[in-house]
Amino acid sequence: MIKFEQVSKTYPGGQRALSKVNFHIEPGEMAFLTGHSGAGKSTLLKLISIMERPTVGRVLINGHDLNTITRRQIAYIRRDIGMIFQSHQLLMDKTVFDNVALPLVIEGYTHKETTKRVQAALDMVGLREKARALPIMLSGGEQQRVGIARAVVNKPPLLLADEPTGNLDPKLSMEIIRLFEDFNQAGVSVFIATHDLGLIARMKYRTLTLRNGQMITDGLTEDFGENWS
Amino acid sequence: MSLLFKGRPQGASDVRIGFAQSVSMFFVSHLRQALGSLGELWRQPAASIMTIAVLGLSITLPSTLYILVKNTEKISAGWEQASEISLFLKSSVSEAQSQQLLTRLGTWPEIDSLTFIPADEALKEFQHLSGLGDAIAYLEANPLPDVVLVTPVEKHATPQAARLLLNKLKEQREVDIGKLDIEWLERLYGLLDVARELVTLIGSLLFIAVVLIIGNTIRLNILNKRDEILVMKLVGATDAFIHRPFLYTGFWYGLLGGLIAWFAVILILWWMDSSIQAFAALYQKDFNITGLTGAALLTMLALSIALGLVGSLISVQRHVREIEPK
Repeated sequence: MIKFEQVSKTYPGGQRALSKVNFHIEPGEMAFLTGHSGAGKSTLLKLISIMERPTVGRVLINGHDLNTITRRQIAYIRRDIGMIFQSHQLLMDKTVFDNVALPLVIEGYTHKETTKRVQAALDMVGLREKARALPIMLSGGEQQRVGIARAVVNKPPLLLADEPTGNLDPKLSMEIIRLFEDFNQAGVSVFIATHDLGLIARMKYRTLTLRNGQMITDGLTEDFGENWS
Repeated sequence: MSLLFKGRPQGASDVRIGFAQSVSMFFVSHLRQALGSLGELWRQPAASIMTIAVLGLSITLPSTLYILVKNTEKISAGWEQASEISLFLKSSVSEAQSQQLLTRLGTWPEIDSLTFIPADEALKEFQHLSGLGDAIAYLEANPLPDVVLVTPVEKHATPQAARLLLNKLKEQREVDIGKLDIEWLERLYGLLDVARELVTLIGSLLFIAVVLIIGNTIRLNILNKRDEILVMKLVGATDAFIHRPFLYTGFWYGLLGGLIAWFAVILILWWMDSSIQAFAALYQKDFNITGLTGAALLTMLALSIALGLVGSLISVQRHVREIEPK
């Protein structure tokens, strides 16, 4: 599903964010990406969503080389990737319903279809009752769930999450991760970047660890404690 | 259709809906964005009115000048038809000879009518009009020549044709001097040409200013909506989709500005009408100023809308591209 081949990224100014990263996440897999702040987690996710381009190497999604994607095509690529952010990236002056409906409005769905799908997505994250509320009236955990509903509303085959539990307490974090597990069970590939080691330790998922831009471990959570230093 | 995942439906084009419905969805979504942009203007009335007023007044000035030029052309078109040629006959020409000339000229197809003014009569008239009165009586001989006034037929009354006719008349042996009284008219035409150029020049400058003003206003709108644009780009909005509300804003600015210009022109003409009437009365002319015709009004509105669209187009092309999620 996601494949990195010898990917390096150097930012203008010479800061090396990633060097020679290789990995492959299979379709339907759920995996974590971890590492210290500044290890290159965000850069790696940005390469997948084409917010940045690799300096060297290839990033492939479902076998398609993202280097061949033109600027104009980026919007269509992003419709295939549900993205979840630590800062939610919600529109604070629009209702929860409108926020979740945004990807469907952009894709030109009919009003009827939009309503149906938004309600289904809000059902999944347990926010059906809050459709008419403004995001500002919701708690942090609820805002994050609105972001997740928006990411899955057009049923993308791939979910990317950047620190989705960053501001949440362990109990809420676990609820969010359970949500991701539900989507994963429905066949969606899920890739989560987090520095919340405690959270990962409680689960047995493949974990990729970055340090100083290099992939230092790629394996199940159990092995990972030994390599972490 | 998805670029990455073959067979994955993406967007309304792949959800099974009929042709008629997808066409109607297209218009519904445009209408929604158009009304949304109008709503945005409504929510910030002070700023919107300022921008619209600037646009309206900038179009009013060249439009008013244009109307004045048009009307001057209309008046002078009336005068042009009345061009008259005065032929001053040689003093050696006898009365019988001048009668012969009149008969000869009477057969010319270019000439509509002839008036013969004998020298004696001309002197009497001059005595009467000039107020010199008895002083004229002291003259030894009548210094005035016989005059023939020639009115050309309509086809030969234009400046060029009348000039040709004048040259032909001058060749008659009885004629001393021929004078065509349209030189001042030609000067007026020259002046009108300058005025027309001025309309174009002032118009172009103001139109450029309008485009810049709209462009800058839209730029500020774009910056205000920076966060929203970022989120839209993150969830897969194309540039065209993001541009559309701003283009509609430009469209509304143009339309409303054009309407303001229209009202302003009507107001100005109404205000100037009385003084123009007084001026026309001095020339004993009945004259009604013509305002904007239907076609000119539509042109003005279309121009205004075009300026709004061009301004916003330049702005969105430049500034939406600069906002990229990082």
